[in-house]
Amino acid sequence: MISKDSRIMLEVKNLHAEVGGIDILKGVDLTVRAGEVHAIMGINGSGKSTFSKVLAGHPDYHVTGGTATFEGKDLFALEPEERARAGLFLAFQYPVEIPGVSNSALLRLAYNTLQTERGLEELDPLEFEDLVHEKIKVVEMDPSFLGRSVNEGFSGGEKKRNEILQMAVLEPKLAILDETDSGLDIDALRIVANGVNSLLTPDNAVVMVTHYQRLLNYIVPDYVHVMDGGRIVRTGGKELALELEARGYDWLRAAA
Amino acid sequence: MGTREQCFEQLLLGKAVESVGWLKPIRAEALDRARAMNFPSNRNDDWRFTDLSALYPHDFHPVVSFAKLTKADIKEYVIPGAIRLVFVDGSYSSELSDLPDIHEGVTVTSLLERLGDPLVEGIFGKHAPYKQDAFVALNTNFFEDGAWVHVAGDVTAPIHLLHVATKRETPSAIYPRNMVIMDSASGTTLVEEYIGLEDGIYFSNAVTEVVLKEQARLQHVRVQREERNAFHIGHCSVEVGKDSFYASTSLAFGARVSRHTLHVTQQGEGAEMQLDGLALVAGRQIADTHTLVNHAVPRGKSTQLHKCIADGSAHAVFSGKVIVQEGAVGTDSAQSSRNLLLSDKAHIDTQPQLEIFNDDVSCKHGATIGQIDADALFFLKSRGLTEERARNLLTHAFAAEIIARIQVPSLGESLGRTILERMNGERK
Ligand SMILES: Nc1ncnc2c1ncn2[C@@H]1O[C@H](COP(=O)(O)OP(=O)(O)OP(=O)(O)O)[C@@H](O)[C@H]1O
Ligand SMILES: [Mg+2]
Repeated sequence: MISKDSRIMLEVKNLHAEVGGIDILKGVDLTVRAGEVHAIMGINGSGKSTFSKVLAGHPDYHVTGGTATFEGKDLFALEPEERARAGLFLAFQYPVEIPGVSNSALLRLAYNTLQTERGLEELDPLEFEDLVHEKIKVVEMDPSFLGRSVNEGFSGGEKKRNEILQMAVLEPKLAILDETDSGLDIDALRIVANGVNSLLTPDNAVVMVTHYQRLLNYIVPDYVHVMDGGRIVRTGGKELALELEARGYDWLRAAA
Repeated sequence: MGTREQCFEQLLLGKAVESVGWLKPIRAEALDRARAMNFPSNRNDDWRFTDLSALYPHDFHPVVSFAKLTKADIKEYVIPGAIRLVFVDGSYSSELSDLPDIHEGVTVTSLLERLGDPLVEGIFGKHAPYKQDAFVALNTNFFEDGAWVHVAGDVTAPIHLLHVATKRETPSAIYPRNMVIMDSASGTTLVEEYIGLEDGIYFSNAVTEVVLKEQARLQHVRVQREERNAFHIGHCSVEVGKDSFYASTSLAFGARVSRHTLHVTQQGEGAEMQLDGLALVAGRQIADTHTLVNHAVPRGKSTQLHKCIADGSAHAVFSGKVIVQEGAVGTDSAQSSRNLLLSDKAHIDTQPQLEIFNDDVSCKHGATIGQIDADALFFLKSRGLTEERARNLLTHAFAAEIIARIQVPSLGESLGRTILERMNGERK
């Protein structure tokens, strides 16, 4: 929901970044205000995941220029865990498996870390169980997934749901969802999208990286951005996604 | 004090221990053998990775007066519902032990009390190589006591052998000796544990002999949580009978220098052996695990998963040998060694060895050495965990696979806590 006087949450200016000595991001600008839903689209390899990981603080990716502020703070001065505690969340395009760490243990550890950060009480295992059983309904996941190791042996779609479960538990201010819709079946897409919608408030915001218009039917974006060659080359409303669906990317790339 | 020879000489001085008739010549021979030996050097193939020199500056003395402990001292190690036998500095403590007589089909006593039993005489020293191995020889001559476990039926309560070392005025030498006999078709869980109560310097040299008769089933958990400045050398010889099942889970967390040697000989057809291990070391610790699985007869199955975790400038060693004898057709053996290096200065040596003398076998083995997975670390940090928390969680998870195989829940939890303590102790 666009509301011009709502506060700026994330402001990225002229961001340049490299990985493994290769320049990937070449001047990204993006402003996200509270209450907004943004979609970032673009061809494979255009830099969408790189952008997401740079914001989250992945150590392999180096910022070579530009700035980013998150809730008024210099994002790049913060460690990844500090960014998370400040309310930034990244749902990974390829969630990692962590054998030996149960889903519920991870969720509780992460949740309690944030509680402490916010000056609130930690929850003991029983209290947390009640909370997580409420949250798991958001993504309609079977509670048996809580006892399993994080993502181990999960199907592609189950991993994506699990990311959104983490989002539901952690209640971030800004969630970046990197292709959370890829790999979801039609029903799961609807469930996950409804879940994300239910988490949206005027005080938080979502940036979705996606290739498909279908997701945007469920989670309607205020802005659609097109990334190409490490830059945002076009920004429009939700109708831009429809246009891309119809015309592909060539016309934009030629213009860029 | 100082040299390898002097340290060994001092051990040989020891103290004379009373014996029954049949044991005297065995002790005497063991002492003779020991006198002809010394600490193994790294020219000895079985010891080439392991530096024992941290031992040499110390003079180890026999324990002559025994510390009085109370149940409160061992509280955190108690396994609820277990049959418990406790030894303090090598000597049996009836006050700390818990031997409820409700359990049928099982005898758990001090070995000393049992030396008159022909069954003991028939088995003692038949498995552990006291004529070849200096440490087994020392133990055989100097042991004062240990556990005698004889299981005839199905015993659901775990049997807990708790060997406690206390802090003495001078460094002490302790020689626990355990014997475990599993009758035909019997079954139980045995926890053999070595702990130190205060930060003392001592040399704990343990020997255990285990015999599984036909169709017996034993889960043998071995826990080494000695003090940081202690030395622990353990040897366990196991003979498994026809269609029996032996599962060993051995954990090495403590001691400045530790070594565990496990020899399992398949004497009966169709026996199955599962050998799992975990060594977690930090600081300047050295932990060495040497295992030998000897398939002497047909249709044996052995599986093995050993993990080492090394932090600080610690050194972990794993050598796992599997021998398949000429007649041992239809043998199925798989071994995996997985290792986690937590610092640049730590190192891990892993050495799988297969010796196969017939064609009708399936043997697989593999070894990996890795570091904390960078993507997993970043994922956890992106969920708000500090670097240290995240690393600890991943290390713990790596260890958890082995801990999970222990079918004594309270022990599993206690070991999980030990792992976290040891990790935190190191990195701070
Ligand atoms: N760790 C890395 N090492 C080398 N190159 C990398 C690395 N990460 C990303 N790249 C390169 O950066 C470019 C952008 O990759 P990125 O993953 O950001 O693309 P994307 O827009 O998310 O693509 P997709 O739609 O396929 O997910 C690609 O050419 C990719 O190969
Ligand atoms: Mg991507």
